[in-house]
Amino acid sequence: MKYAGLLVMPAGFFLSIAALILFPNVTERGVFVLCGLAVEGLGLTVAVRGHMPPRGERQP
Amino acid sequence: MNPMVPVVPVESAALSETMLALTLALLLVAPLAIAGVALINTGLGRSRSAAQAFLGNLAVLSIAVIVFALAGASLAGSLSGAGHTFHLAGKSWNWAGSSPLLLGGVGSAPVQAQLGLFFELLAVALSALIPWGSGADRWRLMAGCAAAAVTSVIVFPFIAHWIWNDGWLAQLGVNFGLGAGFIDPGGAASVHVAGGLSALAVIWIAGPRKGKFARDGFSTAMPGHNAVYVLFGCLLALVGWLGWNMGGAILWLHAPLSALPVTAVNTVLPATAALLATFAVTRFRFGKPDASLCANGWLAGLVASSACAAVVTPGESIFVGLVAGIATPLLVELFELALSIDDPSGAVTVHGAAGLWGLLAAGIFTPRQGQLLAQVVGIAALLGLVLPVTYLLFALLNRLVPFRVDSDGERMGMDLHELGGGAYPEFVIHRDESYR
Repeated sequence: MKYAGLLVMPAGFFLSIAALILFPNVTERGVFVLCGLAVEGLGLTVAVRGHMPPRGERQP
Repeated sequence: MNPMVPVVPVESAALSETMLALTLALLLVAPLAIAGVALINTGLGRSRSAAQAFLGNLAVLSIAVIVFALAGASLAGSLSGAGHTFHLAGKSWNWAGSSPLLLGGVGSAPVQAQLGLFFELLAVALSALIPWGSGADRWRLMAGCAAAAVTSVIVFPFIAHWIWNDGWLAQLGVNFGLGAGFIDPGGAASVHVAGGLSALAVIWIAGPRKGKFARDGFSTAMPGHNAVYVLFGCLLALVGWLGWNMGGAILWLHAPLSALPVTAVNTVLPATAALLATFAVTRFRFGKPDASLCANGWLAGLVASSACAAVVTPGESIFVGLVAGIATPLLVELFELALSIDDPSGAVTVHGAAGLWGLLAAGIFTPRQGQLLAQVVGIAALLGLVLPVTYLLFALLNRLVPFRVDSDGERMGMDLHELGGGAYPEFVIHRDESYR
């Protein structure tokens, strides 16, 4: 889980870069850059969940 | 001319000798910000780890500065505008610097480039200190030094090049018409956000302190051992931040002398506004104001000002500080209680989240077409690349130099375990209730 989330985050970054290159229109560009950021947020959420100790687990 | 006018970033300009001398003078007070953060890191840890924490501050920044000077500055392109580029979609993407190794040619470089190098040396030192506070009470000294070396040669130089040395983020304005490109004169991105994300990676890899999260899921309070260190560190940091923000505005935005007073005002206002906001929030939530959270709020205001002090008006800077001050205690609580992130210094919130907010605010309040989008692209680069790369590097490093001290060392304290003596040998160390 934690590694999957961290791997998704660069995908969001490349989506943002692709938006800069592919869309000359300001609105479309902005929307797709925000989509890239949303993908990063999704990856971060998965990574955070993957690092949370399960309730009731013994601590190191 | 009204001196209370924010800077309008310009692409490039040679600085006069007077401005260069002023920049040098300002950068000479900037290390006080480092001293302030070191005091805060130490004060927010436990008394039985205080000497290791403060020695660690010095060791970590020493390693970071030396490694950056030997190799990192080459990748950052600190002394020359040249860099490694590739071409994509008809645009030039400058992704890494190509200055000589071992600071070759530093004596013959233009004074402006030398000052830029000095700024980056201070920046890499502060960036390395930030995760050290988050790993307090369980992160081994050797591992901290190794992590500082890795980030100073691999992570920081790339970000510094992209933002300050004509890298692809700085050229977003030229290549894609996005305002003046990504702007970050005080190091909110390269120092604070990168440091905050490194802190998160350290926390995840080292794990929480023993006894922090009980089996029933509740969090045990582990307050810092010296609130006076922490609060004095805040005052010291303010002085350093003034030099940092004004020096950065001159170097990276080519701010004229007339724009510096507003930059100074916009450094003080967010910190004070943030402190008052945190004071009010903690007073409302807990019945009494919380000293360490108020210190975190103050520092969050300063961090947010790093990105935007030179480009906003005083009224806007108060707003930036208020948002940072309100969000800080709430995020600290969220991260600790809901997400089980054990961050003794609050670096993920104070440096990471507040830095991101400052960068966004610089885009919101800069009256330039496309500036907000440039800032968002920069934030996407920071989140999408810095956290995964840093985490991967630290996870590999953890196999070579284990991050976490053994449980016996954690029980007796980092001072005795790593240094053989405590910071306060004549004090009685009380029994730790969390080990019941």
